[in-house]
Amino acid sequence: MKSLTLRGWVTLIGLVVLALLPVFINRQLPLTILQQWPWLGGHFDFVTFLTGQEFYLVLATRLVILAIAAVSLNLILGYGRMISFGHAAYLGIGAYAVGIPAYYEIYNGFIHIGIAVVVSAAFAFLTGLVCLRTRGVNFIMITMAFSMMVFFAFVSIEEYGGDDGLVIEVRSEFGQWVNLENDTVLYYVCFVSLLGILYLIRRIVHSRFGMVIQGARGNEGRMQSLGFDTFRYRLVCYVIAGALCGYAGALLGNFTSFISPEMMDWTRSGELIFMVVLGGTSSLFGPVLGASLFILLEEILSGFWLYWQLIFGIFLILVVLFAKGGIDSWLGRRPER
Amino acid sequence: MDWTLLTVQLLNGLQFGILLFLLASGLTLIFGIMDFVNLAHGSLYMVGAFFCATLTQWLDSFWLGLLLALPATAVVGILVELIVVRHLYERDHLDHVLATFGLILVFDTLTQMIWGPDGQVIPLPAWLDGQISLGDAIEVPTYRVAIILIGLAVAFGLFILVTQTRLGMQIRAGASNRKMVSALGVNIGLLFSIVFVIGAVLAGLAGMMIGPITEASIGMGNQIIIVAFVVIVIGGIGSIKGAFIAAILVGLIDIMGRSYLDVLFKMFMSAQNAETSAPAVSAMLIYILMAVILAVRPSGLFGPRGR
Repeated sequence: MKSLTLRGWVTLIGLVVLALLPVFINRQLPLTILQQWPWLGGHFDFVTFLTGQEFYLVLATRLVILAIAAVSLNLILGYGRMISFGHAAYLGIGAYAVGIPAYYEIYNGFIHIGIAVVVSAAFAFLTGLVCLRTRGVNFIMITMAFSMMVFFAFVSIEEYGGDDGLVIEVRSEFGQWVNLENDTVLYYVCFVSLLGILYLIRRIVHSRFGMVIQGARGNEGRMQSLGFDTFRYRLVCYVIAGALCGYAGALLGNFTSFISPEMMDWTRSGELIFMVVLGGTSSLFGPVLGASLFILLEEILSGFWLYWQLIFGIFLILVVLFAKGGIDSWLGRRPER
Repeated sequence: MDWTLLTVQLLNGLQFGILLFLLASGLTLIFGIMDFVNLAHGSLYMVGAFFCATLTQWLDSFWLGLLLALPATAVVGILVELIVVRHLYERDHLDHVLATFGLILVFDTLTQMIWGPDGQVIPLPAWLDGQISLGDAIEVPTYRVAIILIGLAVAFGLFILVTQTRLGMQIRAGASNRKMVSALGVNIGLLFSIVFVIGAVLAGLAGMMIGPITEASIGMGNQIIIVAFVVIVIGGIGSIKGAFIAAILVGLIDIMGRSYLDVLFKMFMSAQNAETSAPAVSAMLIYILMAVILAVRPSGLFGPRGR
């Protein structure tokens, strides 16, 4: 077996921790098994620390869902250099794709996910047709403006709660096998989704399609003169990222059980970008690390100071000024170009 | 047709457009000359409003408060430029966006620490608080007219500054070729700082003038800054003329859409449908306008071609 780099180890440990987290939290069977091994159960304070703390499961679920959103954003932002400042709109669309059918007492999860993915993809396609014609700062502002358009649309639709949001009382139903009402099951659905999407992104990035996207990031003119219609490639990439984030939104809707337009405010999109950049752009696992650090910092800081956002903002500025390449580069990855 | 309402709404639209222009002109200047995306521009708008509120309450005079809040906002602008922004000019847009996003968090939290979570009222002098009558039976709020007049004066001053003065010449030259300007011996760093501070003061002025209507509140800049972005994208980034025309257009369309779209919709759909769909569509109107304009001209109405 190939020896792992530091990054590889962090990735592996991160995934293992995420995979086993509910086992630590849930007091039942697995823990008693652990305790029969004194060399682990006896010394591992982490276990006793987490035991019975449902709160950490909630935190971890949010972390995993936002990691999916960050990973999907990284597909366009990192690999394609399309700096979308409106990615939170897809989270909102996905969440409302759960909330609005539930409002009409349709609880079938396959319908929810289907609507979330299809509507997100359609929105990405339509806005992409306009956005991708522009470059640079125009692209940033237009994606932001389109997400605000969705934001204001939901604010002004009184039927679905408008500004006040919508309460989802029943989570999506997926037949008898998967019961999302159980928090641990919901967590594992999110975690497996994250793994699946990471695999999907890996396949996309290493495919011919992904190569064209990355080639166009470096030098679009060159790709065009090689005969690639980069606009189409970009559009497809943009739609895939939107659809994946819509899926994450559907999970988020199930998780929070209260959705409001506030979740697609442009500052939310800014937070998603921060997660990606913090972790390291155009690396597969970087956004997951970024989302993790973001959520943990937010949780820790907000716990001990009312004005924690001040520290958060200063941290963000410092990361931009002094830590190019994010966590990934701290772990020994060479920054690009 | 209610002519009073129409006049008042037209004036409201014009006044909103003027405010947008004050914000957008700074944004577009900063972007045009420094290639710098400043999300924190809305924070300077908020800071201006809070300074004006406090100074007005202390000095018991709106005009004195306004006059003193302008240099105070300029100082904040200088500090921001010195401490953060200056180090970002050489970076790419993603870094600009993130760092200024961090600045927004810092400003919003600092404001909350200093002034508390509640909004601050800016009291108006009595003679501005009333109504002016225009012709028979049409009355409009005096203060809104004052905003329009001040805004137009500032716009005119800015136009003179950019087209007729030596500084304006340097600004325009810097916008078209930064390296050449610095090679010719212009202190480009100083020029950048000046432009940034001009932008900061304009944004602050916009905040001060809206303050008496909406009161100064935390995060007040975070919504309007998006509309200001829409304005500079429609107008073409870097163009003052484009920013002015687009700002008035967006202001009028937004306000008129909110007040008259349901009337328009009722002409060809049922009253109930019109009443549910009109608010949603009117909220999206300016974004639809932007999408249409960009679909036809990707660099905006007066944008530079082929950049």
